[in-house]
Amino acid sequence: MRKSLATALAAFTWLTTPALADTYVIRGESVWTGTSQGTIKNGVVVIEDDRITAVGGASMAVPDGASEISAKWVTPGLISAYSQTGLVEVGAEDPTNDALAAASVYSISLNAADGFNPDSTAIDVTRIEGFTRLVVAPQTGNTMFGGQGFIADTSGDLDTPLTEKAFTFIALGEAGAGLTGGSRASAMATLKAALDDGRTYPARYIANSEGDALKRLDAQAFSPAARGQQLIMVQAHRASDLNAVMDLAEEQPNLKFVIVGGDEAWRVAPRLAKLDIPVIVDAFSNLPSSFERLAATSENASRLAETGVAFAIANVGDSAQQARLASQIAGNAVANGLDFDEALAALTVVPAEIFNMTGYGTLAPGAHADVVAWDGDPLEVTSSPVAVIIDGEAQSLQSRQTRLRDRYLNLDESERPMAYHKP
Amino acid sequence: MLSACGGGKDEAAEKKEAEITFDKNPYPSTYSPYPNAPVLITNATILDGEGARIENGSLLLEDGKISAIGSDLEAPEGAMTIDASGRWVTPGIIDNHSHLGVYPSPGVSAHGDGNEISAPVTAEVWSEHGVWPQDPGFTRALAGGITSLQILPGSANLIGGRGVIVKNVPSRTVQGMKFPNAPYTLKMACGENPKRVYGYGGGRFPGGAPYSRMGNMAGYRSAWIRATEYKRKWDKYEKEGGEPPARDLELDTLAGVLNGDILVHMHCYRADEMAQIMDMSKEFGYKVASFHHAVESYKIADKLAEYGACSSMWADWWGFKMEAYDGIRENIPLVHKAGACAIVHSDSDVGIQRLNQEAAKAWSDGRKIGIDIPEEEAWTWLSINPAKSLGIDDRTGSLKPGKMADVVIWSGDPFSVYTKADQVFIDGALMYDRSTPESDPVTDFEIGQPGEGDRK
Repeated sequence: MRKSLATALAAFTWLTTPALADTYVIRGESVWTGTSQGTIKNGVVVIEDDRITAVGGASMAVPDGASEISAKWVTPGLISAYSQTGLVEVGAEDPTNDALAAASVYSISLNAADGFNPDSTAIDVTRIEGFTRLVVAPQTGNTMFGGQGFIADTSGDLDTPLTEKAFTFIALGEAGAGLTGGSRASAMATLKAALDDGRTYPARYIANSEGDALKRLDAQAFSPAARGQQLIMVQAHRASDLNAVMDLAEEQPNLKFVIVGGDEAWRVAPRLAKLDIPVIVDAFSNLPSSFERLAATSENASRLAETGVAFAIANVGDSAQQARLASQIAGNAVANGLDFDEALAALTVVPAEIFNMTGYGTLAPGAHADVVAWDGDPLEVTSSPVAVIIDGEAQSLQSRQTRLRDRYLNLDESERPMAYHKP
Repeated sequence: MLSACGGGKDEAAEKKEAEITFDKNPYPSTYSPYPNAPVLITNATILDGEGARIENGSLLLEDGKISAIGSDLEAPEGAMTIDASGRWVTPGIIDNHSHLGVYPSPGVSAHGDGNEISAPVTAEVWSEHGVWPQDPGFTRALAGGITSLQILPGSANLIGGRGVIVKNVPSRTVQGMKFPNAPYTLKMACGENPKRVYGYGGGRFPGGAPYSRMGNMAGYRSAWIRATEYKRKWDKYEKEGGEPPARDLELDTLAGVLNGDILVHMHCYRADEMAQIMDMSKEFGYKVASFHHAVESYKIADKLAEYGACSSMWADWWGFKMEAYDGIRENIPLVHKAGACAIVHSDSDVGIQRLNQEAAKAWSDGRKIGIDIPEEEAWTWLSINPAKSLGIDDRTGSLKPGKMADVVIWSGDPFSVYTKADQVFIDGALMYDRSTPESDPVTDFEIGQPGEGDRK
């Protein structure tokens, strides 16, 4: 299901040499590598098949006959570190929304990948803004456990490879309390009981299908995380809630956590850094929008950076259709004091590290060829990609939105109604 | 006007004395501008808000007003001179769609005062009676260059009630924020929200009509029929005297629309629905000032231009419900290109903090499909156009001498993600200065909390 290269690459220099269709030479006035090479002025990235084979300066030797792309900026494909993209077509229409299961009898065993739809229009919409990978987290339904998250690319291919069960999603704080009977104490008791169920699976379930907190299948699904073999993504904001997670991390040091949200993370940043717990932040979140976010600040990201906490930036507040805004959010974090390279790393290198996406998130020889060429600074609101390459394949830059736009560019129905206009 | 104000002849005045009248402005603004020395801003790139641009421009603010715009202006005695080299100056941003105060931070149930869901038509309610002036969102919006905003009731109802226009100044009371002598507005809503809330709201309060878009239209039309009758009675009374009609709070507002005193702002996503609403307004003799959200305005931009309604739009929101499914990034420039009135609005306590970036996205997306709108023209989406939609364009929304000195000095090109509002003046008073975090306003709610403002 390869997309049409002609439409994908119409906007820039394109040498039509089909002999080496899977070899690209991408030239950028600025090539941001995410490695010790830093940003290369007038740099070159060479892609052969699904891998990057060379990254260097303009004088670097390149293969003959490759397809050439020239752009202002070249970056690794952006990674949406927190999304429901691909699970939700129309948010308010329940049959099209697989982000949560409000009435399911299962919890941790809910495998969000079962609901992934590569045809979701939001995938194209997200890809054409430079995002090549999605970390997709299920939402909580009627328990504090959302289930199993996964990682997908944004190719929209029907056979999109998924990294299933990449993490377990859990809500603490106000949401977790509300889903476990009404208090934070209840949420923590439930979580600890579930961890115990998971850790003792299957022994505890030989005689009985019910554990303290989890049914058999949910305990089975939780057992890797409870044994420290899978990442646990915890949604929490309040400083004391983050401390509670860190208390747990110290009690059970084999557990691996990533915080999502973390609006007050800056207040406990030294401890997060010490325990090596990364955070996925939304740098737009600067309002005391609930009592668990009273210390929210637009400087959260920059303060975490100063303290050495690893963080990714995502559109946590609106992450199904609008995951694409993470680059704007990162730009705003820069305007609020974050270093530009750290902001771009928070969309590439860091999420790749958090989710163990080996070989993604950088432009380096041997890395997977997720590469985006841009018409300007990738964090700037006026910039957009001129080429998006996923695992070495150039992608379409069309979406349902661009098709609608092209239909209505001219409101001329003098000959036929708009429905006959299909540019 | 519902009651007598006209006349002028003595006999008319005598006749009116006998009549029962009522106060149309019982909750008047108590806002008056805060003091400030004259300010001369020099060496700036100025966008005047009406489509003009001045390089190396100067702007003089005196007595709360714009007193001069041009180049090489002289500083009057006692003036503070600000060298804005490399910086940009614009009129303050006017957001004509906000729920700050009625859906404040924190979003606790006790403060959810923006939708009077008790009936599908609640023209009798006024958003100002639900505004909590201690919403920290006002201060965050100020840091984004917002100097005036319209606070609307939500979109649960067919007719949700009156909106209120405020200056973005912190105040102990709503009256202390109200834009002096601004017109009232009326919030109406098309489409999914009213029929979801009433028709099939899970059997919850109150149920009943409307169940469908058919019911939506019938609900508005029934209300307008009642308002027409009410207006007829008052018109007759004012002309002929006699027994005054019984006063009806709901119909006061609707008749105010039919009299042209109250401006209609209508939440409406779909093109086909906007077309129906335009016809309905002709049926009853009023005009829609602006469609809000207007995600499909690009499909009928020609019809909107012909009718003369503004479209208040997001740059790129889409897909969260069916009526937002056809959202495209070029909606705003396509509306502009058709000669219709385009406005960038927020409907969000997050979006309101960076409407300049939303305009920048739309501006840039337009350019990429060949709609090359100069930045100075695109800024009308944030200034004079929303001011027109609110009936305050004679007093604010551009940098014309004599207008309110509502001014933002930006750290650079405001069409960049990296640009921040450096200084924000409201009626000539410096209300926000990025260089002095200690002078940031802090609401009562935030005092003594772990975060006091955005930058503690």
